[in-house]
Amino acid sequence: MEALLAYGFLQRAFLAGVSIAVACAVLGLFLILRRDAMIGHGLSHIAFAGVALGLFLNILPLAAALAVSAVAAVGMIKLKDRAGLHGDTAIGILSSLGMAVGILLASLARSFNVELMAYLFGDILAIEPLEVGLTAGLAAAVLLVVSLNYAKILFMTFDRESARVAGVRVARLDMLLMVLTAVTVVLGMKVVGILLVAALIVIPAAAGLQVASRFKTAVWVSTATAVLSVVLGLILAVEINIPAAAAIVILCFLVFGLATLLKVMRLRAAPKV
Amino acid sequence: MDLVGVRSVSFSYGGPPVLVGIDFAIRDGDFLALIGPNGSGKTTLIRIILGLLKPSSGSIEIMGRPSGEFTDWRRIGYIPQKATHVDPFFPASVEEVVAMALMSNRKAWGSAGRGEILRVLRQVGMEEFRKSPIGRLSGGQQQRVFIARALVTAPRILFLDEPTTGVDAETQASFYDLLDLLNEREGITIVLVTHDIGIVNKHVTQVACVNQKLVYHGSHGDFCRSEVFRDMVTRGDHLIAHEH
Repeated sequence: MEALLAYGFLQRAFLAGVSIAVACAVLGLFLILRRDAMIGHGLSHIAFAGVALGLFLNILPLAAALAVSAVAAVGMIKLKDRAGLHGDTAIGILSSLGMAVGILLASLARSFNVELMAYLFGDILAIEPLEVGLTAGLAAAVLLVVSLNYAKILFMTFDRESARVAGVRVARLDMLLMVLTAVTVVLGMKVVGILLVAALIVIPAAAGLQVASRFKTAVWVSTATAVLSVVLGLILAVEINIPAAAAIVILCFLVFGLATLLKVMRLRAAPKV
Repeated sequence: MDLVGVRSVSFSYGGPPVLVGIDFAIRDGDFLALIGPNGSGKTTLIRIILGLLKPSSGSIEIMGRPSGEFTDWRRIGYIPQKATHVDPFFPASVEEVVAMALMSNRKAWGSAGRGEILRVLRQVGMEEFRKSPIGRLSGGQQQRVFIARALVTAPRILFLDEPTTGVDAETQASFYDLLDLLNEREGITIVLVTHDIGIVNKHVTQVACVNQKLVYHGSHGDFCRSEVFRDMVTRGDHLIAHEH
């Protein structure tokens, strides 16, 4: 804790990490329940193409990744709706394309270097003040959008058709959720890296869903899991010199394992209503 | 007064026509059964009325306005066919499921909203389960919760698409008694898609029979004396006949 107070880079790491944890935890719940859990995985591959494009064009990789991922998120929805593809098929196609384009651009730019590795594996301890501001702003935006539209998003997640009949503009909310997810994935790259950011979206939310019988409880458990894993992961990274991203994801998985155990025990004990 | 007008509606999913020239009205206070064999276009017709599908030709009027201009969808309650297939682990309590339909956080979780949620849960006999996870309830109990969710916005008309599929006979009977109560005491118009002629005989006041075209539309009494009814019972037509 002394180090946290003493070093600016650590303070930035904690702030960015906690912010991205909150955004991932909340969005992840809706994505899993909508059967869109793999969208984070797909968008992270597409973000790789964005980073490579930034390096190739010599512009800010984060900005390029944000633009490419947001466009791809909208593209996934259109591909699903207009081409009549299943969600996982649309994700599979666009994420493979993203990875292929990323590899090609990185190769052409001869930029398989330290900077690219930082995006692939995360480098939270080297996060810039601007990125911290963006990440905190994103977390605030996610919380604001979700809390303002909480009942509507929950309604369309639970029963999409009835929500449409009741007047929920499901297409608009779909788009909003996808773009927020794309931005979260891109900003999460610096925290846990392209290869592991999907884990931060899926695992804490899955842990919340294992133990909660009310949606609000699931939100709290998911958020607590993500925040706790990020904070403890960072402490372990500093104290015993291990990769922060790996520590964060493994801690998430341990909480998920515990939650699964609790669920199994509860199901064995509880009679059906 | 006509709550819904179906005006010469035809529809196709791109291949052969599913519905051709359907034309009838649903009046305020009706308890209407929409019947027909499997694949006859019943669910498609309901989805067109509710604006989930656009007709290839023809139009729909709701409460006197073209459906494209109708905005007060809170007055329309809908319980889709797949409502009986709830994810058993969806983390929502009965209260949360009903609150969803209020759609604004203030209404859903304010004191007035909570009072309204409790009122409709009491109305459908599910008040004591308000804290229960929706996925842990039986199919019949879930359907009552979905009725409560539809009732919480004070609808004038309820559409139910095969609401008791997979529900046991006793639960079905009490479910339809609840619909009778809502129709007779609360004055809510009910449109029920069903295969079950037993339900038609016991509960409804109007029948619309669809088999690509509108084969019959009129009162239940006239339907029972019609050739359409006799043919259906004689042939079976994937309809279930009960004795009541």
